[in-house]
Amino acid sequence: MDTPVLELKNVSKTFPGVKALDGVGLQLFPGQVTALIGENGAGKSTLVKVLTGIYTPDGGEIRVGDTVVEFHAATDAVKSGISAIHQEAVMFDELSVTENIFINNQDRNWLGMLDWPLMRKRARQLLEYLDVPVDPQTPLKNLSVAHKHMVSFASALSHNSNIVIMDEPTASLSHQEINDLYKLVRRLKEEGKAILFISHKFDEIFEICDRYTVFRDGQLVGSGMISDVTQNDLVAMMVGRTVEQVYPKTDAEIGPVVMTVQGLSHPTEFNDISFDLRKGEILGFYGLVGAGRSEVMQALFGLTKTNAGSMTLQNKPYTPANTSQAISSGLVYVPEDRQHQGAILSLPIFQNITLPRLGGLSCHGFIDMAREYDVARHYAQSLNLKAASLSENVENLSGGNQQKVVIGKWLATNPNVIVVDEPTKGIDIGSKSAVHQFMGDLVAQGLSVIMVSSELPEIMGMSDRIIVMHEGRIAARFDRDTASAEAIVTAATGAA
Amino acid sequence: MNRQTLQQTAPHTTQHQTGNQRFLPDNLNGAWRNRLLRWETLLLVFVALAFFANTQLSPYFLDPWSLSDATFNFTEKAIIALPMALLIIARDIDLSVASTIALSSVAMGAANSAGIDPAGMVAIGAGVGLLAGLFNGYIITRFDIPAIVVTIGTMSLYRGIAYIVLGDGVYRDYPQGFAFFGQGYVYGVISFEFTLFLLLAVIFAVILHKTIFGRRVFAIGNNPTAALFSGINVKRHRMVLFTLVGLLSGIAAILLTSRIGSTRPSIAMGWELEVITMVVLGGVSIMGGAGSIAGVFIAVFLMGLVTFGMGLLNVPGIVMSIFTGILLIAVIGTPIIWRRVVQAQKMRSKMRGG
Repeated sequence: MDTPVLELKNVSKTFPGVKALDGVGLQLFPGQVTALIGENGAGKSTLVKVLTGIYTPDGGEIRVGDTVVEFHAATDAVKSGISAIHQEAVMFDELSVTENIFINNQDRNWLGMLDWPLMRKRARQLLEYLDVPVDPQTPLKNLSVAHKHMVSFASALSHNSNIVIMDEPTASLSHQEINDLYKLVRRLKEEGKAILFISHKFDEIFEICDRYTVFRDGQLVGSGMISDVTQNDLVAMMVGRTVEQVYPKTDAEIGPVVMTVQGLSHPTEFNDISFDLRKGEILGFYGLVGAGRSEVMQALFGLTKTNAGSMTLQNKPYTPANTSQAISSGLVYVPEDRQHQGAILSLPIFQNITLPRLGGLSCHGFIDMAREYDVARHYAQSLNLKAASLSENVENLSGGNQQKVVIGKWLATNPNVIVVDEPTKGIDIGSKSAVHQFMGDLVAQGLSVIMVSSELPEIMGMSDRIIVMHEGRIAARFDRDTASAEAIVTAATGAA
Repeated sequence: MNRQTLQQTAPHTTQHQTGNQRFLPDNLNGAWRNRLLRWETLLLVFVALAFFANTQLSPYFLDPWSLSDATFNFTEKAIIALPMALLIIARDIDLSVASTIALSSVAMGAANSAGIDPAGMVAIGAGVGLLAGLFNGYIITRFDIPAIVVTIGTMSLYRGIAYIVLGDGVYRDYPQGFAFFGQGYVYGVISFEFTLFLLLAVIFAVILHKTIFGRRVFAIGNNPTAALFSGINVKRHRMVLFTLVGLLSGIAAILLTSRIGSTRPSIAMGWELEVITMVVLGGVSIMGGAGSIAGVFIAVFLMGLVTFGMGLLNVPGIVMSIFTGILLIAVIGTPIIWRRVVQAQKMRSKMRGG
C-alpha cells in the first residue's frame, strides 16, 4: 500500500528570472487522492506541466513505479500512464464526441487506418461509465457545458492511465456537476488509481482527498494525511503565516444615504430593483449566475439602458447616459474580468491609472505629463505596488499587482460609490484578504461599496446589508446580524 | 469631493505610510541602447541608404528642384497616412480613402463647371471628404459592423458614384487660382503641398502624443472594452477618427486635382494600399495600440525615395507594384519579429540585473 506509483524527487524548473519549482518532491499512492495546494504562483501549474511532459525539468528525477522516466513530449507522459484533466480542456466544437475523446489517441486497425467502429464502441463505454447520456456521434457543439466537461474527462480516461491529474476540475461546474465529479473520483479511487487533485476550495479538499501536498513559492512546505490537519493548518502553510481573520470587516461609521435606486427595470434582464446605499456601507449583492446582478451594476454605471425607474446620487437625480457621466458623478465600476475589462495590459502603469481622469490632468486637452506621473505615483505607492518604474507595462506585473493598478485607477477618480463585481474571483487566499482589507479601508474613509459576489462566506463576512437576487428581481434582503447561509441560498434559488 | 485630500497630498515628496515602499521612478529609459533599438532608428538608416543609392543612380538627384519634384510623388498620400495612423492605432482601418479622393475630385470638377470660385471648390472638396468619412464612421459605429467590411463597401460605392457622374468623361479647365494648391511654391523650392504636409505632421504628432484624445486612441486600440469601462466614449472617438480620415482625404483630393489639373473617375486608383503601407512601415501595429507619427513621417520619405529611385532606373510600373506588395508583407512581418528581438533583449538585461 505504501509504495508510491509516482514519485518526484528534488525537481526544479527555472524560467528567465523565476525559479518556478525549487527542488520539490511529490508522492502519489494507488487508490488515494492527493490534494496539491498553494497560492497562485506557487508552482502548481508548472508541476502539472512537468508531469504531463509539456515542460522538461532542469533537475531532479521522476519515478513511475520503479523506473526513472524522462518526458520529452506530452505523449511520453501518456505512455507512462499519466493523464491529465485540464482546467479548461482544449475541445473541438465541430468534431463529434468520439473524435474529441480520441483526439490524441486514435485506435488503428491492421491496415494502419483509423478504426472508427472500435473507437465508437470505446466512446460509448466511457460515456456509460461516466453516466453521460450522449450519443458519441453528436457534434460537441450540441452538448451542454457540463457534458462537454464530461467528454474531456472521458478523453483523459481513454488512456486507461493509472495516474490521473485533475487541475481545478470544479472551477466552472455547478453544484450538481460537482457531486457527479466526486462520485467519479471515488470510483477511480476504488479502481486503485492514483489521483492528484488541484484545488483552491477547502470544502472539496476535505471532502474527497486523502493526502495533501502544499507548495509555496516553488518549494514544498508540507505534506501528509488530510485527517491530521485542519483548514487553518493548510492556510498557514500556504501563506506562511497564520491568517487570523479571513474577513477583516472593520465596523465603519454608517452615515446618511448617498444613493437611492427606485424601481429600476430593464426589458429582459431585471425588474423593479430598489435600494438605498449609505455612506460607509458595504452592500452585498448575492445571486446565482444569470440572476441579473452584473446587469444591474452595469445599468448603474451607464453601460446598460433601463426602461423604467429612477436613481439619485448625492441627493441629485442620476441618469448616466454613458460611463464617463457615471465616473464624473462619482460612481465607478470595477469589472469582474480584470484582464480584459479592467486594465489595459499593453499600456504603462501610469497611463492606466490616469486614464479615467485625464480631464483633470490637462489644460485645453493637452496632458500635463509631470502631474500625471505624480498622481500615478501617489496611488501606486500608497497601494504598495511592486514595479520597476511607472512606465512598465501592466502585462509585466503579477496578477495581484495588476489588480492594484485597476484599484488605483478608480481611486484616482475620487469616487463616492465603488461597485465591485466579483472582487476576489480566481485569486489566491493571500491576495483575497488584502482585497477585503482594502474594501474595509475604503468604507472607513467614507466611501460606499456595492459588492457583487457569488461566494457566500465573502458576502456574509463583508456586507453590512445583503440583497439577494433571483431571476432579475430582488428576492430577499438581510441585515448583517439576521443573515443566515440557509436563508440566503434559499432566496437565491427561488425556493422561498 | 470628500476625498480631495487624498489627491492633494500627491507631490514627489510624499512620505508613505508603508515604510518599505521605495520610490517609483517615472521610467528607466535613458540608456542609449534603448533608443538605438527603436524602429524609427532603423527606418532612418534605411532612408539614408535609399538617399545614398539615389545619389549614385542619378547625378541630378541632389539638385534642389529635383528633390522638390521628388516630394510631389508622395505628399498627398502622406497627408492621408497621418490620420490613417491614428485610425489604425485605434484598431480600425479605412480602405475607401482613394475612392473618397475620386468622389471629392468629381465634386470639385462639377462645382467648377457650375462656375463656383476656387475657394468654394476647396470647401466642397474638403466637405465631401468629411461627409464620406462621417458616413463610414456612422455606419460602422451605429450598426457595429467591422470597419474593413464597411469601407470595402464604400470603396466601391464612392468610386461608383464618381463613375456615374462622369462616365468616360473628364473634368479639365480648372482656373488659375486653383492651381496654387498642387503646383504653387511657398518659398524657393518648397512647395505648398510639402509645407502643408509638414504642418499637418506636427499637428497630428501633437494630437497623438500630447493630448487626451491621442491617449484615448491608444487606450481604445489596446483594449476597447477596458477603454469603455474607463469612461471613454469609444464610439464617438471612432466616429471622429473616420471623419478625420475623410476630411484629410478631401484635402488630398484638392492637392491632387490641382496638381494634375484634371479629374477622371479613376483618379488615385489603388492609393489606399500605398497609404496603409506607409503607416505600417512607420511601425504602427496593424493589430492596433502602438505606433508613432515620427515613424510614419520617416516611412513616408523612405517610400518616396524608393519609388523615386525606381523611377530613375526606369523600372516598369508593374514591377513597382510587385515591389510594393513585397514591401507590405515584409513591413507587417518585420515589426513583429523586431519586437520579439527587443523583448528577448529586455529579458536578458533583466536577468543580468537580477
